[in-house]
Amino acid sequence: MNLTFREAMLTFKRAPLLSALSVTTIAFSLFVLGLFGLVVVNLQDALRGVEERVEVVAYLLPGAPVEAVAQALKDIEAFPEVQSASYVSEDDALARARAELVELRDVMQELERNPLPASIEVKLKPGFRDTDHVSAVAERLRGFGFVDDVRFGRDWVEKLDRLRGLAAAVGIIVGAAFAVVAIIIIGTTIRMAVLQRSREIAIMRLVGATDGFIRRPFLLQGAIKGLLGGAVAIGLSFGAYLLINRYLLQSAFFTQEQAAAIVAFGALIGLLGSSLSVGRHLKRV
Amino acid sequence: MIKFTNVFKAFPKGGLALKDVSFHVAKGEFAFLTGHSGAGKSTVMKLIYAEERPTAGEVRVSGYNVNDMRPRDVPMLRRKLGIVFQDFRLLEDRTAEENVAFALEVTGARVSTIAARVMRVLTQVGLAAKAQAYPRELSGGEQQRVAIARALVNEPTVLLADEPTGNLDERATRGVFQLLRDINASGTAVVMATHDLDLVRQAPYRVIELQEGALVYDSAVDEASPRDQAAAP
Repeated sequence: MNLTFREAMLTFKRAPLLSALSVTTIAFSLFVLGLFGLVVVNLQDALRGVEERVEVVAYLLPGAPVEAVAQALKDIEAFPEVQSASYVSEDDALARARAELVELRDVMQELERNPLPASIEVKLKPGFRDTDHVSAVAERLRGFGFVDDVRFGRDWVEKLDRLRGLAAAVGIIVGAAFAVVAIIIIGTTIRMAVLQRSREIAIMRLVGATDGFIRRPFLLQGAIKGLLGGAVAIGLSFGAYLLINRYLLQSAFFTQEQAAAIVAFGALIGLLGSSLSVGRHLKRV
Repeated sequence: MIKFTNVFKAFPKGGLALKDVSFHVAKGEFAFLTGHSGAGKSTVMKLIYAEERPTAGEVRVSGYNVNDMRPRDVPMLRRKLGIVFQDFRLLEDRTAEENVAFALEVTGARVSTIAARVMRVLTQVGLAAKAQAYPRELSGGEQQRVAIARALVNEPTVLLADEPTGNLDERATRGVFQLLRDINASGTAVVMATHDLDLVRQAPYRVIELQEGALVYDSAVDEASPRDQAAAP
C-alpha cells in the first residue's frame, strides 16, 4: 500500500502538467454536473414547498356532534399518512374568509347567517403527498357519517406527481450522461499516463511485477484525481452559487452530505475510469 | 533448467522465427547463443522469459511449461530469472540504488531487507560508490552493471543476457563479461546471446548457434572443435 501510494504520487511529481490538466478536466466535468445538481436541489426544494400545501379538506354536515368530531380528529391523526388534522369551525371559516377575501368584506358583513361549513383540514406526511395516498385518505374521511364532502384538488396533486417523476427522470439521465463524460475523460488521462509510462511498465513486467501491482498505482492515481477534481468542482459550484444568489435569485446550496457525496462520486468515477482504461492499455504495452 | 524440445515459432505476419529448435541448458551452466541479427536469438530469449509462446514444440523453464502457462504465473517465472538487455532498460528518473530496489519492491520483498540486499549486489558489480547516481550520470558499462545488479538482486537461478555488451566499448565489454563469468562461477546459470565472436572465443563455454531460425550448431552435442565452428562465418 505504501509502495502503491509512493508510485501514484511519483506520477504527480513527474508529470505535474498532465496531472493538473486531468484534475482540471475532471473538475470542470464535475462542475457541470454540480451546477445541474444545484438546479435539481433547488427544484426539489421548490417542489417540497408546493407539496407542503397538499391537504385534504373534509367539509362537515351542519350540526355535527362536537364529541364525535373530536374523536374523529384523534382517529385521523392516527392514520399512518397523516401529519396533522385540525378542526375549523364555522366561525373560524367565516373569519378566515373575511380576512382573505377583502373584496367581499361588505357582503360578509351583511350576512345574517354564516353560510360556511365547518371542516377538518388534514395535512399529510412527506412521502405520502401523491395521488394514491391522498385519494386513500380522502376515501377514509368520506366514511365518517358527519362528513358532507371531501376535496383535495385531484388535478393539482396529479400534476405534482408528474412533475416529480419528470424531475427525477431528467436528473438521472442528465446526471448519467455527465458521469459517462467524466469517466471517459478520466479514462483518457489515465491512458495518457499509461502510455507515458509504457517503458517503465515494460520494465516492471520484466522484473516480475504482477499486473495487479502495476495497476494499483494507476487506480489510486485515478481515484485521487477524481477526488481532487470533485473538491475543485464543489468550490466552483459554491462560487457559482454565490454569484447566482447575489445577482439572480435566492437559492440553496448542497448540504454537507451532498457535497461529500459529489467528491466521493468524483473519486469513484476516477477509479472506474482508470480501471477501465488501465486494464485495456496494459495489454498493449 | 531450460529445455527446448522441437520448438517452432511463427512470426505474426508469416514465416518462421524458429524452426525445430531443441536444446537443454543445465543448472549452473554458461551458454552462448550466437548467430547473425535476425537468426532468432532474441526469440529464444523471449520464449525463455515467457514474453512469447511457442507455436509448436515445448519450452520448459525452471519447472514452468511456457506453452500453457497461466498469465498470472508469468511474473512468478520472471522472478526466478534475471534479464539483462543491450539497452540496459533502466528507469531514468531513479538512482542506481532505486533501480535495483525497484526489482525487489515489485516482488513484495520485505521493506526492511531491501536496502541491505541492494547494497550487496551493487557491491558485487562494483558500483557501491555510485549508488546515488542517476543512469545519465553513469557510463554505458556502469549502467549495464546496474542492470546486472537489478537482475541479480532476486537471486535468480538463470541470468539471461541479450547482447549485454552490444552498446559497450571494448574495455567495458571485458568488464561486463568478466562480471557475468563471476556470477556463473558462483552457481547461477547464464545464457548470453551475442554476435561478438571474440568474446565467444575467449571462454571455454558452450556455444549454441542459430541460423535463420534453425539450430545449426551446439558444442555440447557436436563433437568437433566447438570454438572454430562457432567462429566460422
